[in-house]
Amino acid sequence: MYSKMLSLRFPVQVVNEPIVVNLVKDYDLSFNILKATVYPRQEGLMVLELSGHKSNYLKGIKYLKGLGIDVKNIGNDIKRDDAKCFQCGACTAVCPTGALYIKRPEMEVIFDNSKCSACELCVAACPAKAMEVNFDRILLE
Amino acid sequence: MAIKKTTRTIEEINKKIRSGKAVVVRADEMTEIVKQRGAGAAAAEIDVVTTGTFSPMCSSGAFINFGHTKPALRASKVWFNNVPAYGGIAAVDAYIGATEVAEDDPLNGVYPGQFKYGGGHVIHDLIAGKKVTLRATSYGTDCYPRKEYEKKITLSELPYATMLNPRNAYQNYNCAINLTAKTIYTYMGVLKPKAGNANYATAGCVSPLFNDPYYLTLGMGTRIFLGGAQGYIIGPGTQHNPNAERAKNGTPLSGAGTLMVMGDMKQMDPKWIAGVSMLGYGCSINIGLGVPIPILNEDMARFTGVADEDIFTRVVDYGNDYPNGESKPLAMVSYAQLKSGMIKFDGRDIPTVPLSSYVRAVEVAEILKTWIKKGGFLLTEPQVMLPTAKKS
Ligand code: SF4
Ligand code: SF4
Repeated sequence: MYSKMLSLRFPVQVVNEPIVVNLVKDYDLSFNILKATVYPRQEGLMVLELSGHKSNYLKGIKYLKGLGIDVKNIGNDIKRDDAKCFQCGACTAVCPTGALYIKRPEMEVIFDNSKCSACELCVAACPAKAMEVNFDRILLE
Repeated sequence: MAIKKTTRTIEEINKKIRSGKAVVVRADEMTEIVKQRGAGAAAAEIDVVTTGTFSPMCSSGAFINFGHTKPALRASKVWFNNVPAYGGIAAVDAYIGATEVAEDDPLNGVYPGQFKYGGGHVIHDLIAGKKVTLRATSYGTDCYPRKEYEKKITLSELPYATMLNPRNAYQNYNCAINLTAKTIYTYMGVLKPKAGNANYATAGCVSPLFNDPYYLTLGMGTRIFLGGAQGYIIGPGTQHNPNAERAKNGTPLSGAGTLMVMGDMKQMDPKWIAGVSMLGYGCSINIGLGVPIPILNEDMARFTGVADEDIFTRVVDYGNDYPNGESKPLAMVSYAQLKSGMIKFDGRDIPTVPLSSYVRAVEVAEILKTWIKKGGFLLTEPQVMLPTAKKS
């Protein structure tokens, strides 16, 4: 089982394509949509978790890219500045996906970006302001 | 418990430190040593146990003298990067408090407020060598005619900058939960409704005052690790309360002891002094602080051997009880339970969340251990002890 949190940015011409249905039907993948928006000038943005067999997953991504969709790993959009992070653990109170968790018994705070849904709850909750959004905020708001 | 015959003095320990022969271990290592070999054997072998903490410590700040200007100024209002400092002291002296928020901050106007920049951040920026904008105003006098002054300053240009923290290193602290139906934003972090999480704020067995619960070896003049440099305990901190209820091993079950400390900011390392923003609450500062505990006798070996399973704190509701000034204990939990990631409360498993960095606390204790082992850090004889309680 392979699973990634992705952001898809689609150009105007594919907004009406049933891409998610095709991913399920043709590539046997399952999904969980976390955010989906279509903007006035008709480009769209979707944040979703895509899971399935790795080979199917890779084919699915190829299909998306073939449509001109900009596919990005969300993990790359939320970053932790490790110079600022002082390993307290406060962020684990709010992280809904377990991307931020504590490794015991060392009590080390780990950020596993493959589990991050880019919900941004940690960004405000981190007292050190160590969690950064590289997301295109304008597109999201 | 009778006081055992002293096995060594601070002077004897310092002799060993100077010759590079002192046996020094961290408090977490001492816990294992005492568990395995007993306090007697540990006392015979070990000279010093080092402790550490890296936690938000609101009651902190710095005295800054920014030097006389031409023409001369008697500052009555002072700001650093737009964060107000207290100017009601001599002409060019000011005290910048860690929790003071920048003047243009929306505070909780947009709830929960972000509190992006405050006194703790100013202190961190100065220690990091960054330029900080100093602004001062005055009503003007015959001897100090100037009414306004603004300048970009750096720590190295300041004639004097001393960190002086009225209350640090709280001996123990509440474990906070929220029994209301909505999320709350507190100085104990984000607390989800219906006891969704339990937040706690000390490093447990490695935290300084758990290792000398009756303050038998420390007091005014004790040299410590403060912000990456050498600093000093200068007395009991505000709210120091030695008479809090204690467990049999001497560790208090609630707040109890605190330290007032000072240190030269110019020697400090920005890694160990960080400005913090508590969502919906305000600004504060994280301070790295470590105290060396001399193992003068078997009692001190036993005290420093304390384990997380033997240190307890109270679970307090920050939803209703605490804001109403009635922080009654709803349950007692050990630091071993807190560190395990779950506590049992009301028959449910509740995830625990630390606010104090255990990783960094151990790192402080490790640095202090290295300093002492290498002979660069001598212990000092406290000149006045802290008020304490009778041992039970
Ligand atoms: S809350 Fe911030 S500083 Fe603390 S562990 Fe999480 S990311 Fe690091
Ligand atoms: S944005 Fe932060 S809180 Fe949200 S899932 Fe990612 S790491 Fe967790």
